[in-house]
Amino acid sequence: MTYQFDFGAIIGYWPMMLHGIAITAELTLFGTALGIAVAVLGGWARTSGKLWLNLPVTVYVELIRNTPFIVQLFFIFFGLPALGLRLDAVDASILAMVVNLGAYGTEIVRAGLMATPRGQVEAGASLGLSKPQIFWYIVLAPSLARIWPALASQVVIVMLGSSVCSQISVQELTYVASYIQSRSFRAFEAYFVVTALYLVLALALRQALLAAGRHLFKGVQAR
Amino acid sequence: MTTRRHFTTIMAAGVASLTLAGRALADTLDDITKSGVLRVAVPQDLPPWGFVGPDMNLQGYDIDMAKLIAAKIGVKLQMTPVTSENRIPYLQTGKVDLIISSLGKNPARAKVIDFSDKYAPFFSGVFGPATIDVKTAADLAGKSIAVTRGNIEDIALSKLAPPSAQIMRYGDNQSTISAFISGQTQLICTDSSTTATIMAQNPPRAPLLKFILQSSPCYVGVNKNQPALLAKVNAIIAAAKADGTLNKYCETWLKQPLPADF
Repeated sequence: MTYQFDFGAIIGYWPMMLHGIAITAELTLFGTALGIAVAVLGGWARTSGKLWLNLPVTVYVELIRNTPFIVQLFFIFFGLPALGLRLDAVDASILAMVVNLGAYGTEIVRAGLMATPRGQVEAGASLGLSKPQIFWYIVLAPSLARIWPALASQVVIVMLGSSVCSQISVQELTYVASYIQSRSFRAFEAYFVVTALYLVLALALRQALLAAGRHLFKGVQAR
Repeated sequence: MTTRRHFTTIMAAGVASLTLAGRALADTLDDITKSGVLRVAVPQDLPPWGFVGPDMNLQGYDIDMAKLIAAKIGVKLQMTPVTSENRIPYLQTGKVDLIISSLGKNPARAKVIDFSDKYAPFFSGVFGPATIDVKTAADLAGKSIAVTRGNIEDIALSKLAPPSAQIMRYGDNQSTISAFISGQTQLICTDSSTTATIMAQNPPRAPLLKFILQSSPCYVGVNKNQPALLAKVNAIIAAAKADGTLNKYCETWLKQPLPADF
């Protein structure tokens, strides 16, 4: 092997890398917050027992889970302008991530909701709790506590998936890596550094989410 | 790619020095008129220069040019499809008499073959709809421009564009085109044959030339020491330029008139 490693050649790009991390974090933050909201609504709709709620959400979930993320992203970015809806690259990316996480998250939340023992709901009713109170305290909160680790994994997957958004010129971390290697021709160094950054980001995100879960669901009986 | 092309050139030069020794005295134009056949290396998968049409026949700017030269010499045309890597060796080993394959001129090539006068424009530039008023790189301030990341246009544009220009870089040529067509960017920075291909599809947003970044026209490649053939080809090109034939080819294949300074 005659290749001379030269990390010095890419060190000058560190402000770009910081910017890339910031954009990746922005996409992940908005994508996750809105995506989990969609997931909770979707999970509720799928377990509501009402066909007019269940059917459209089922179609949405199957449509998204059975098509590639990059195609969904291209459809939103390149396709929707034909229908008059033109989103800029960052907005299109966040929308694609929300739609994607929403579909996968719906199934995760649904699993949590369905695992609620019937007896607990009946116990709540016999204690005189209202229907919204039962749903909030007895069904939803313990369900979320139960599925939180699975949801955290899905959020990490979505964060890593945001690398695809570089294809529509969003200047996130992968875009920065491609840009650096197209200018410095230091592909190994650029992708090595960015791989390490993704690894750190993913590990940190998972730990942060699990810590947030411990805090959010303190005192909630998961099982 | 660069090393490979370099290797091809060296190989070609080696082969050439062997074969040309035996052929140096032969007058190719004489051979062509005697045999009644002009053999031309053309592209077959490179719209709008040379590609297979719906009727399975080759068509394009280079194909029309080859047909024109054969007709003017008064012989039959025999086309050999080549790639950009093997077209120069085809000429040097005497398998073809001319290269008409959107061939650009550079010093490395000029060492091993001769070039005719230019017969077609080829340039990279910034393109956009008529409604956007841009004439120089400075006018790009505040405008969004689609470009394919890391290619020659990206490097040139990044140097020229003012800081407030939004250069949107895409992973491949197709995404760059889609971004412009769908209106995600106001302008597109690419080469003249890409925009010709776009124009051929009657797009909702037409990429019209705003300004040229870099020009590298196409030349007919001829073997060294063939003054008679070279002079004949140059005469045909000059006549075609004078009588509007080249302009017609430009309008047909490149969807734009022959540049005024051509």
